[in-house]
Amino acid sequence: MLSEELLEPLQKRIAETDHPRELVVDIMLALQNHHGYLSDQAVEEAARLLDMTPLEIEELATFYDFIYREPVGRFVIHVCDGVVCWMNGYDSVLNHLFKKLGIKPGETTEDGFFTILPTACIGYCDLSPAMLINGRAYGPLTPEKIDGILDRLRSEAPPPRMAR
Amino acid sequence: MYPQVIFQNRKPNRIATIDEYRQSGGYQALTMALQKYSPKEVQQAVVDANLQGRGGAGFPAGLKWKSVADDAPFPRYLITNIDEMEPGTFKDRIMAHADPHMIIEGTILAGYVVSAEKGIIFVRPSYESSALILEREIRIAQEAGYLGQNIMGSNFSFDLIVHRSGGRYICGEGTAQINAIMGMRAHPKQPPPRSTEKGLWDQPTVLNNIETLVNVPHIVRHGAEWFKGLAKTKASSGTKLYCVSGKVNRPGCYELPMGTPLREIIEEHAGGLLPGSEFKACLPGGASTCFLGKEDYDVEMDFEGLKKCRNRLGTGAVIVFDQKTCLVGATLNLIDFFVRESCGFCTPCREGLPFIRDLLWRIEHGEGEEEFIPILHRMCAHMWKSYCAFAPGASMPVTSLLDHFPEEVHEHISQKKCPFKS
Repeated sequence: MLSEELLEPLQKRIAETDHPRELVVDIMLALQNHHGYLSDQAVEEAARLLDMTPLEIEELATFYDFIYREPVGRFVIHVCDGVVCWMNGYDSVLNHLFKKLGIKPGETTEDGFFTILPTACIGYCDLSPAMLINGRAYGPLTPEKIDGILDRLRSEAPPPRMAR
Repeated sequence: MYPQVIFQNRKPNRIATIDEYRQSGGYQALTMALQKYSPKEVQQAVVDANLQGRGGAGFPAGLKWKSVADDAPFPRYLITNIDEMEPGTFKDRIMAHADPHMIIEGTILAGYVVSAEKGIIFVRPSYESSALILEREIRIAQEAGYLGQNIMGSNFSFDLIVHRSGGRYICGEGTAQINAIMGMRAHPKQPPPRSTEKGLWDQPTVLNNIETLVNVPHIVRHGAEWFKGLAKTKASSGTKLYCVSGKVNRPGCYELPMGTPLREIIEEHAGGLLPGSEFKACLPGGASTCFLGKEDYDVEMDFEGLKKCRNRLGTGAVIVFDQKTCLVGATLNLIDFFVRESCGFCTPCREGLPFIRDLLWRIEHGEGEEEFIPILHRMCAHMWKSYCAFAPGASMPVTSLLDHFPEEVHEHISQKKCPFKS
């Protein structure tokens, strides 16, 4: 069940909008933030809130790059594999992340901190090679910089809800 | 240094405030328009200025607005497209971080021309910081009286919101974007009807690229002739934001006269090629344009100039490749991108692009055959049978690789490996 604290502002926005369906991505993102990912339960909740069917929500959830239908870590590392990052060292960025975190794309570290996802050009080609972590962009990346970023995130963030 | 119009208030590490924007003449165009000019007069100024859409297609913005019929029903909508996902392109992000009120004023003016009552700024998730900046500055513009009911005592009312995308390349296409806003899968839709007739919620809808709209306040204030005079070439007008990336010393976004030669953009503004690098090729306008070789290094970078060398200006995102970079590998990367981003709605795109990728993959990994080359040509030709412009765009780097760099492809096949890998 969703808390009133989360529900109220969402219901208020829906009530104020001429076409509630315009809010579907915002609602999915809000529920994803709450649950850690867009769980089956969250799909049902989004459908109920917007008077859509769960299937209609699912159609959209599986369409978008930034909606996660499976559990992800506290930090989702979107590594840019656009052509500019490709020529500027995408491979070595990815290899360094593998070595450091011990996971492959699509996987989450055992402590639940990090998930790696390769991502289409994120629009930071002037800072290439680049990556995006929970909405924040980093670049140009070097192994030392990556270490610094990950270590800082790990030490500053509270431990994830459930280590897996 | 050329005159800076769009970037006149750009600062190294700070966003221009509404006061700074106003000091530079900001919101004067809106004030003038609401007090002195009819929507038709503003529209005519933009038609006369020959403002070509900056999102890639180059369609004149004034003519797009004109296609909203005088007796078209209300409400009408205005959409500002900040969903740039064309690889190599990052100008929208730079604009939002430089001078957000220029975007807001441009959007309001376009809304005034087509009598829209609501504007929607569509932003991709990678640009969450841009979305937050715009939301904050929209509130400031509301408080200053530039948005809302009866703006500055006129009859014109206009509200503006930010719409966040879930992130998918095809959402940048106008009709797909409208579907996305309506909470549907972002499939493109062919006319008829045109979006300007029946778009968002079946109402007349105009969708413009952000770089197109930021020019509008300046055209209103300084006139069409001034705007045309900004360009280097007769056929074009205004300035252009060129994003330069890849093997150059100073990758970045540069505002230069439309039609500035490619050589000048790369050698002077982007600081030339990296030490030890030589220019081999570039994509002049993002991933869905053709590889351009040294023989066209002096091309004038406007819509006409690139059309003359059978290429496209696209978004003006210049991706520079040097002699040490494998263009087969680069093309494979681009096709990987298009395969993943294809919406899957029509068969040529959904089935054809993976087929092309497979052949390129085999060539890059030493399993290529000479007979793959005519097959690639044939498959690329099939892409033009797809439903929207996505797959034809995706085929452009492939056909231009085969046409302009055949030796590189043949070397991969004859050596049974990528010659750029030791």
